Amino acid sequence: MKPRHKRFVFIGLGLLALGVATVLVLNAFQSNLVFFFTPTQVASGEVPQGKSFRIGGMVEDGSLVRENDGLTVRFSVTDTAKSVPVTYKGILPDLFKEGKGAVAQGQLGADGTFIASEVLAKHDENYMPPEAAEALAKAKASGAQQSKSLVVPQGKKESL
Amino acid sequence: MSVNWSKYSAPMAFYPLAGRLIPWFACVAVVLMGVGLYMGFFVAPTDFQQGEAYRIIFVHVPAAWMSMFLYVVMAVWAGIGLGLNARLSFMMAQAIAPTGAMFTFLALLTGAMWGKPTWGAWWVWDARLTSELILLFQYAGVMLLRTSIDDLRRADRSSAVFALVGVVNVPIIYFSVQWWNTLHQGASVSMSTGSKMAATMLTAMLLMTLAFWLYSVAVILSRVRCIVIERESLPVWEGEPTVVQKVAEVR
Repeated sequence: MKPRHKRFVFIGLGLLALGVATVLVLNAFQSNLVFFFTPTQVASGEVPQGKSFRIGGMVEDGSLVRENDGLTVRFSVTDTAKSVPVTYKGILPDLFKEGKGAVAQGQLGADGTFIASEVLAKHDENYMPPEAAEALAKAKASGAQQSKSLVVPQGKKESL
Repeated sequence: MSVNWSKYSAPMAFYPLAGRLIPWFACVAVVLMGVGLYMGFFVAPTDFQQGEAYRIIFVHVPAAWMSMFLYVVMAVWAGIGLGLNARLSFMMAQAIAPTGAMFTFLALLTGAMWGKPTWGAWWVWDARLTSELILLFQYAGVMLLRTSIDDLRRADRSSAVFALVGVVNVPIIYFSVQWWNTLHQGASVSMSTGSKMAATMLTAMLLMTLAFWLYSVAVILSRVRCIVIERESLPVWEGEPTVVQKVAEVR
């Protein structure tokens, strides 16, 4: 083997070792790298107690209620298996809608209600013109369209 | 007639070749960018959820792709440089870093501008955004490490090792949205599942990607020419002494 071949083998082995080390480290930190917990994890008690964390999921259809003060909102976040009631006082982002993804930061109250201090809208990876969205809404009746992401495209006829 | 390509591994021979290639890449890049921006702003339809705000995608996604792609290319040149002890490879790696850093910054900036109206936050510490920020620091690190070492050979080798080690971050950035739940959405365009975008949107985005790619080639080749002049003491103009030599004479 020529010296330059040795050097390439050395570089290759180095990268391989580095790759394996990275995989192990990332696996070890798996739970620290998630941006939010799902309602199922909340229900099974996997979330930090008495500390601030984020929950994410879909805003349940028909669950959004605005209180009389005009600022406080109540809604449920669901991952289709479990759902968590959330209260939030503040301005919601424009893309926040029922049936769409949202991430809320806050604490779990004693009664199981999540008291959010910040609410973010989670956008999905689907980009299409409004006409296509309408066509999708019709097709959805058969329930064929399924997205791999947390946010199932509802394709509802929505205003822009 | 066969061309002896290996002769272009010599900086002296590569210098004029790069000079001849630059105008072609630059012209096509400008044309494609014009067409891509026109399609992105006037032909592509409005998005059903985000309205017009989504149009930042035509800069954001190509910039983010280029930031990752250029890092890999830089690491490959660094690896070839370490393996073959080739000066031109190190020069290529050196020339790529600033353009890669520029695209990383552009991706972060456009992302923040899109994040505020869409998510409701300029910045969140999720896996995708954080790893992309780390990529920016890596580019900065490669450049800083090079300039902090006076001996050129040592500077070449250290920054090459730094670049190679950092390449582990690229798959982390790319797959972060699949491996962990993040606020950043998943890939709209992927090899396995195809596209989740309307056709004209996708066309405009791919045109912009191609334009950014050709722009990168043109800029990197221009920069590598400057580096060749600087490091090889090449005469800038035929028969004239280099700037460095002139300065030395004046003193």
